[in-house]
Amino acid sequence: MSVITRLAIGALALAALTSCAAETPAPGGTAAAQKPGKVEVVANDTACDVGVTQIAAGTSTFAITNGGSKVTEFYVYAPGDRVMAEVENIVPGLTRELIAELPAGTYETACKPGMVGKGIRNALTVTGEHKPLTADAALADATASYKRYIKSQSDTLLVKTQEFVDAVKAGEIDEAKTLFPIARTYWERIEPVAEIFGDLDPAIDAREADLADGEEWTGYHKIEKDLWITKDISQDGPIADKLIADVTTIVEKSNAAELTPLNLANGAKELLDEVATGKITGEEDIWSHTDLWDFAANLAGSKAAVQSLRPVLEERDPALVATLDEKFAAAETELGAHQKGDGWRLHNELSKDELKRLSDVINALAEPISKIAPLVAQ
Amino acid sequence: MISRRKVFGLGAAGVAAAGAGVLAARGLPSDTQATPEAHTQAAFPFYGDHQAGIVTPAQDRLHFVAFDVTTTDRADLMELLQEWTAAAARLTQGREAGALGATGGSREAAPHDTGEALGLPASGLTLTIGFGPSLFDDRFGLADRKPQALADLPKFPGETLTPEISGGDICVQACAHDPQVAVHAIRNLARIGFGRVSVRYSQLGFGRTSSTSRAQATPRNLMGFKDGTNNLKLEDADLLREQLWAAPGDGAAWMAGGSYLVTRKIRMTVETWDRTSLREQEEIFGRDKGEGAPVGKKNEFDEVDLTAMRPDAHVRLAHPSAHGNAHLLRRGYNYVDGSDGLGRLDAGLFFIAYQRDPRRQFVPIQMSLAKIDPLNEYIRHVSSGLFACPPGVVDAGDYWGRTLFA
Repeated sequence: MSVITRLAIGALALAALTSCAAETPAPGGTAAAQKPGKVEVVANDTACDVGVTQIAAGTSTFAITNGGSKVTEFYVYAPGDRVMAEVENIVPGLTRELIAELPAGTYETACKPGMVGKGIRNALTVTGEHKPLTADAALADATASYKRYIKSQSDTLLVKTQEFVDAVKAGEIDEAKTLFPIARTYWERIEPVAEIFGDLDPAIDAREADLADGEEWTGYHKIEKDLWITKDISQDGPIADKLIADVTTIVEKSNAAELTPLNLANGAKELLDEVATGKITGEEDIWSHTDLWDFAANLAGSKAAVQSLRPVLEERDPALVATLDEKFAAAETELGAHQKGDGWRLHNELSKDELKRLSDVINALAEPISKIAPLVAQ
Repeated sequence: MISRRKVFGLGAAGVAAAGAGVLAARGLPSDTQATPEAHTQAAFPFYGDHQAGIVTPAQDRLHFVAFDVTTTDRADLMELLQEWTAAAARLTQGREAGALGATGGSREAAPHDTGEALGLPASGLTLTIGFGPSLFDDRFGLADRKPQALADLPKFPGETLTPEISGGDICVQACAHDPQVAVHAIRNLARIGFGRVSVRYSQLGFGRTSSTSRAQATPRNLMGFKDGTNNLKLEDADLLREQLWAAPGDGAAWMAGGSYLVTRKIRMTVETWDRTSLREQEEIFGRDKGEGAPVGKKNEFDEVDLTAMRPDAHVRLAHPSAHGNAHLLRRGYNYVDGSDGLGRLDAGLFFIAYQRDPRRQFVPIQMSLAKIDPLNEYIRHVSSGLFACPPGVVDAGDYWGRTLFA
């Protein structure tokens, strides 16, 4: 209880501080740091034009228009690729808005045409009065930052799962196969939060091998087997309906959940445990072999949780932050070698040697990640 | 912090006073023989001129591991060796891997020690490190430090080596009287190494097949024969100097006081061996099965008469007199890795031999065995390893491989 109370107070203090900062005029001489009503971002497959390079601290709205041919995403990153705000699934021709609360500091914006890679980056400086956060406020800020991530991911999870469900119910096998790993990406990024709601996770994500005798099998993997093995999804309508209903419920619960910094730390570790036990071995997507989509999603989700905690970690153990940066980069590089188009190579296309190297980078990353929990529990 | 240490008080004190590794190890058995239990629980000194685990009276169990170094940073590697040395100094004395141990840290932190050896004594644990030829490539600036004695082994007739369980940049041999203690040590070293090294392969051995001290009875291999009767033993001071320890004038000065290790995983098709007559089994080895006496003699340690044996008898082919008086210090272990799916035990010998120069010792001996030893019908070499084991860690300010990086 005491943690939650402290967090609540911290959050209040933070809100007060942020609004205060937003109303403080920018210091003289930084003429560019005006407060625009809306920052226009024009994105296409090769460019990401952000209207300004400097904005005032506080709440800003970005309006991202996708003029390209690929689905894109827009991010605002703090140092170390800590996600301050992001919007996903901006389809060609569409404009989506993003509201970001940014204290003074240096940031990067990124468009990700095709939703892969580091994206097209631009520097963004935020100026204005900014008081350092107290320890509790820093922790509250970490959970608030991670909750923004959960929100953005779960919004897209709903959209993509709906598309997947629609394809299944329409009997579009090829379309459903294409959407399967994409919908799961958003699921796998936030799975530790979903796992808080014990009974729904198996209904959504159980593998055939997880079931006890006589247990009903529902969720993504039941449909996966029908798509790839039996090649008959004509009876899967009710499974698809249940899947979207369960995902809707879990998204609501996830966004309402009270998270602690310890949840973030342990979630970051659990996601890598998922990679080590299920994805490296190819057990997660045993029929479709799309395990590397899930791998990439687990890694991204783990990084998001860690980066939310970054200001706290920098205060308490800067050397650990440097190690985490190095190990995340190494893991991303090793995984990046297996990128194929907008997706990934199939698990059964990787050699044993390639899988071992992936296993090595995950082990190298997971050990320092296991040192985060005691730091934030201090 | 919980200490699982049950220091063998008198022995350890006497040993510390005696100083150097060999003397210390030598001192232990007489001190410990009073109670058999104390003998298998005691700690061997970690610090000394030579690494422990070579002439140390062979313990009953083995966990051997080979690592690939994954970092390309020389400073990272040196730091790892220092961390490993500190952990090894603790583990071999029956203590936990990290200062906070398995239960002494924050409840939110993963424990510093994995915990499965809590409550267990030191159990004679020794940890011995070696550097493989591949470590001396261009990654760490060690190319000009590679000893000539670490030249790749030649291809031996009949071997079918599996690359995944051969070689390695670094090996650690853990020997103990309790398998749990040996496994615990390797597991914790592997954990410390994540991000800098990756386990290439590891091998459990459940029973020693050699004696390295005259105080020990000669054990048997899985063919049922006494193995290592004529082994180099820690009591043979002159022979050890001549045959076991690298000397300053041998070429690589950093290896002075070290030794070269050859490992061979030798799969035995025990099922066909077991169908072989006693007469043939004994003729193939050149010793009798019950006593271990050489052909024509009564007792195990009677002098060998090579001319009384068939020309291709195992003992005769491997005998020092056939190879310019080349000896090996063997301390191999029996292994069973379950079964092979064809109804046969996946079993054999994890052969371990230390020597001053494999080019003059292991290589010629194995070459003659590989060519005509009738045992080859029942065995197959499936893995191979070659490592330069540096001199001992002299005190807490020293570390594994310091002379190599100096």
